[in-house]
Amino acid sequence: MCLAVPGRVESIHEAEGTRMGRVNFGGVVKDVCLAYLPDIAVGDYTIVHVGFAISKIDEASARATLETFADLGLLDEGLAELRGDVADEGPAP
Amino acid sequence: MPRPDPPDVSRFTCPAPLADDPHIVLGHGGGGTLSRELIEHVFLPAFTNPLLAGLGDSTVVDLAADLAGGGRLVLSTDSYVVRPLFFPGGSIGDLAVNGTVNDLAMSGGRPRYLTAGFIVEEGLPIGTLAEVAARMGRAAAAAGVMIVTGDTKVVERGHGDGVYINTAGVGIVPPGITIGPEAVRPGDVVLASGTVGDHGMAIMSVREGLSFEAEIASDTAPLHGLVAAMLAACPAIRLLRDPTRGGVATSLGEIAAATGLGIEIDERAVPIRPAVAAACEILGLDPLQVANEGKLLAVVPGGAAAAILAAMRGHEHGRDAVAIGRVVDGHPRRVVMRTRIGATRIVPMPLGEQLPRIC
Amino acid sequence: MKHLAEYRDADTARRLAAEIRRVATRPWALMEVCGGQTHSIIRNGVDQLLPPEVELIHGPGCPVCVTPLETIDRALGIAATPGVIFCSFGDMLRVPGSRDNLLAVKARGADVRVVYSPLDAVTLARTHSDREVVFLAIGFETTAPANAMAVKLARQQGLANFSLLVSHVLVPPAIEAIMRSPGNRVNAFLAAGHVCSVMGTWQYPPLAARFRVPIVVTGFEPLDLLEGIRRAVVQLEAGRHDVENAYARVVTELGNEAAQRVIAEVFAPVDRAWRGIGVIPASGWRLADAYRDFDAELRFAVGDVTAVESPLCRSGDVLKGTLKPNQCPAFGRECTPRTPLGATMVSSEGACAAYYHAGRRVEPATAGATHASS
Repeated sequence: MCLAVPGRVESIHEAEGTRMGRVNFGGVVKDVCLAYLPDIAVGDYTIVHVGFAISKIDEASARATLETFADLGLLDEGLAELRGDVADEGPAP
Repeated sequence: MPRPDPPDVSRFTCPAPLADDPHIVLGHGGGGTLSRELIEHVFLPAFTNPLLAGLGDSTVVDLAADLAGGGRLVLSTDSYVVRPLFFPGGSIGDLAVNGTVNDLAMSGGRPRYLTAGFIVEEGLPIGTLAEVAARMGRAAAAAGVMIVTGDTKVVERGHGDGVYINTAGVGIVPPGITIGPEAVRPGDVVLASGTVGDHGMAIMSVREGLSFEAEIASDTAPLHGLVAAMLAACPAIRLLRDPTRGGVATSLGEIAAATGLGIEIDERAVPIRPAVAAACEILGLDPLQVANEGKLLAVVPGGAAAAILAAMRGHEHGRDAVAIGRVVDGHPRRVVMRTRIGATRIVPMPLGEQLPRIC
Repeated sequence: MKHLAEYRDADTARRLAAEIRRVATRPWALMEVCGGQTHSIIRNGVDQLLPPEVELIHGPGCPVCVTPLETIDRALGIAATPGVIFCSFGDMLRVPGSRDNLLAVKARGADVRVVYSPLDAVTLARTHSDREVVFLAIGFETTAPANAMAVKLARQQGLANFSLLVSHVLVPPAIEAIMRSPGNRVNAFLAAGHVCSVMGTWQYPPLAARFRVPIVVTGFEPLDLLEGIRRAVVQLEAGRHDVENAYARVVTELGNEAAQRVIAEVFAPVDRAWRGIGVIPASGWRLADAYRDFDAELRFAVGDVTAVESPLCRSGDVLKGTLKPNQCPAFGRECTPRTPLGATMVSSEGACAAYYHAGRRVEPATAGATHASS
């Protein structure tokens, strides 16, 4: 369930009594209903499911997640190198 | 990319005025005066060539010279039922010419002559039919083929989606060219002539209920020139396929089945335009299953791959050509893909029409 | 695409997998209850990167798979009604009812249309005032805000020719049902990231505590999935059972409150039958009383629907994780993607279809088998 894709809000307008936005998904632009994100602004990224924006993407959180990934394993690889291990099996159970 | 232009009737060239009603009626398929008018005012001007102007029940073409040199005839037919009739990058007319030209080219054939059969829906504006014919004429000229005989029938309103077109084609395969699954060997390389999914997503972009704006256009194009360039670089090309309906996944599956061998491809090697990839993400479609109309897959001897790629990239319809995989001994009749994260998964043959999903 | 491509990096995937391998010392069974996650796992081959100790069980997270047979049959009956424009998400078109599916009904002349958004169905109702437009509103909590808004807009625009056939299902009751079912092997859950973007994470701590299972809110891209799995395994190894949010860039504890308010206005809880599993109390949503005039079930009398499920179909056991697809006697024989007996073979997220396409061989049923991939 839940195919939802990230896109960037390019503009906001009213249509048929609801707040709509033109959202750009990597070059594809679709009209999206923004009614559920009253604070979303042009330039923000949002997750869109079946034509509705349901969440704003928190850029700081995204960066933090990617940084965690970048650090992952580096400490172990470094230790393994220091010990001259071929493969790091981790602590004995 | 904005919506496709509605057919431009102002470009409809006609030396004499038509009857008052600008729509197709059942009588246009009846073989009498109305049919004749349609041929003279719509098809002849669009397909301009001396062979057609004879307007006989059939047309004699002379291929003696080609056959005398050891060439062989190649034939193909296909029917075109696309909706909408006009879409970003092309029309049913372009598909009807290029599709059959490409089928002939996949056997290494140089296409020469096409037939064109029309099944037109009662009520279709004649201007629309004229525009379709004009586009066919231009596509034929660009491909260097002549549309030399045809037929028109009209069906009642509510049937026919506007117009259906069938084209059959005849071409010549030069001597010394044998393209077929028997020639394929483990170790052969699989090449793609360019980006995948452009045509299918261009159609999607204007389909009611699924439409979006994007710089996506159909890639419809005649590929026989590209094939000739490839054969000049290496006459021993094993197999050629144009991945139309069902996309690359279907063609690879067919190759695996026909050869009894396995195929491995690398997901990250398959070229795709960013906008096409994005459109597939939004609708939950697999780009490997989306139709192409101006691309080919080639199975070639490993040692010749570099030379063939160079020849492809030097041709206008092969600029983005790239190797996407290999033929292997293992997993016979199966297509396996190395995924973007380095795992492997089987690429199944699509079951039917690919449907957008929300899951 | 930004916020997508970064989470598909092969090197990082390899390192995350190595980290999981490093921390896993015992067999663990993790379940995701989200068709989108199942799809991503299979499509990217995430399960192949996992060590043999970590098994992924694909839970009943595909609303397509769990939509009750009666609902499909009702949908088919409505779609076949003259004058109706029947709109649906593409996922539903091949799901077998007792006899037919929507594609077959369309082939016989019904006006069945695939839409991307429920708003497209509302537009159809507006532009075709002489036709009845019915929208098949299935989905988990993620889709409910969209379906709810469609109804609200229809009321706002005074569209008397628009109605919804509702079959919403909810994740937390499903988790409960799975943990209570005999033979349950699940040690931890990956919670559906986009469901949680709407509903928040506040529903999960009571479940984690009651059943002593880690619940990690997880995204959809390969790195998100591997990270969710990693966190679950770390918890299991440490004997913890907490709720963690591994998809914080999209999910907050409270979720989308504007969406939750509209859902509460338009929908009301109801006992829902899950195809293959049975009735799970308060596990679904129906239209609230104030919106019942938009209920297609009430508007269309499609007669008594006696749903007939194939006696061979074991979808329910597969969805609960107590049977692997290739352990089902009908797998690959009576039941194939071309001739599906149940929804888990039709849907591309269905575990049975996934196994079939992956070419997994039939194997004998062995309790507690834990190898993650073949």
